[in-house]
Amino acid sequence: MVSPSELKYTKDHEWVRVEGDTGTIGITDYAQDQLGDIVFVELPAAGTAIAAAEKFGEIESVKAVSELFAPVSGEVTEANDSLADSPESVNDDPYGDGWMVKVRFSDAAELDGLMSADEYEAFIEAESA
Amino acid sequence: MSPETETLLHTPLHGEHVALGARMVPFAGWEMPVQYAGIVEEHNAVRDAAGMFDVSHMGCFEVHGPDAGRFLRYVSTWDVTGLAPGAGHYAAACREDGGILDDVYVFRLEDERWLIVVNASNAPKMHDWMASHVAQFDASLVDRHRSTAMIAVQGPDALARLDAVAGADFMRSLKPRRCAETDWNGHALFASRTGYTGEDGMELLIDAPGAPALWRALLEAGVTPCGLGARDTLRLEAALLLYGNDIDEATNPFEVGLDWVVTLDDGADFLGRDALVGIEERGAGRQIVCLRALGRGIMRHGHAIRNGGAGVGVVTSGGFSPTLGVSIGLGFVPPALGETGGRLEVDVRGKPLPVEVVPRPFYKRPKKS
Repeated sequence: MVSPSELKYTKDHEWVRVEGDTGTIGITDYAQDQLGDIVFVELPAAGTAIAAAEKFGEIESVKAVSELFAPVSGEVTEANDSLADSPESVNDDPYGDGWMVKVRFSDAAELDGLMSADEYEAFIEAESA
Repeated sequence: MSPETETLLHTPLHGEHVALGARMVPFAGWEMPVQYAGIVEEHNAVRDAAGMFDVSHMGCFEVHGPDAGRFLRYVSTWDVTGLAPGAGHYAAACREDGGILDDVYVFRLEDERWLIVVNASNAPKMHDWMASHVAQFDASLVDRHRSTAMIAVQGPDALARLDAVAGADFMRSLKPRRCAETDWNGHALFASRTGYTGEDGMELLIDAPGAPALWRALLEAGVTPCGLGARDTLRLEAALLLYGNDIDEATNPFEVGLDWVVTLDDGADFLGRDALVGIEERGAGRQIVCLRALGRGIMRHGHAIRNGGAGVGVVTSGGFSPTLGVSIGLGFVPPALGETGGRLEVDVRGKPLPVEVVPRPFYKRPKKS
């Protein structure tokens, strides 16, 4: 499992791809593997305010429901509506087609508190040991 | 390894699961595989070809003696005394008040040798309960739980795969709900044409030392290893009940559609009989129904069922159906709301999910042409 080096990561297994004052959010390859077959993703609509470390959506695998936690605060500018018809994209391509929401950051300084790819991989190694 | 996992029991196939890279989880005191490749892939393997499950955590007891049949009649709701050697039947075991202690499968191996298979979560309870009653009979209880492995091989190709492993003559002699015993490479092997997936197939019991070789032979024959995750999605599509979810000691057979395993007209005394006669006369106050989602949410065990905003029942099993591509569930509702085609709502963490009452089961295997 290789975590893309250009992304930032949280302990809740979300990632952020920073693009200026906006970013794309998804869950990591490790997270999708732990969840198993994903069958439903509930995401906030564009315009919704989300807050760092707070729940912004839900993800259902065959086995169970899990909460999605926002890596950063901001306003949702776009949700990945294609996940309604193909939630399996989260399993197949967690860093690409399986993205969840795009957000305009309200406090870009929050990004400094997130992990690099190397730090995240060390974190999941420690967590699963 | 955490202290928790150290105390979990291992089946004779534990090493096989670990070697296959299965994800292991605690279940009813055992460390069991929940999935290997993935639940949906395993589910589809059973619907389309053949899959196998380690179900050695389930309890199994032999009952020996001239009164073995009478004893099993006394502890089960169905009249097992009519079973011929080589036949089996599903039944319930009830408390005096009609509450279900367990749902079981009873097989008659020989005239005076029987087998009863119980749920893993109930195995210690059922052992103690049966042991407390067997003394009144000229019969004895032999616990085979820890000395035996159980493998369920299920799917449209299950029998063809088993032919190659255990001999076509032996396997093809078994009609549905029939059982037989044979020798497999020096190990005692029991097979019954039963299952918990809605597909054709067999459930095998083999003495523990022979289990890994049998498992590997099945793998080589092209049977897909499947975990508890797929076992649950398969049994839910077939609307088969799960003890602890859909039934428990506060549930009686009539409200969960198990009328067909209650024999009241043979005059035989059995535990729970008087209570069940009364419940049958009064009628059940609730009934279990099949619910199919009309929206995209997923209903789960414990979610409230509503009708026009008012709470009317509860989902006992819920999840996603890989075969139907939508959420399905079992749940209790008042009999007046149990009609097929009725519309209800399930409260999915505060959001209403519209559902329809549909015929039982959700999935029926296609008839062989």
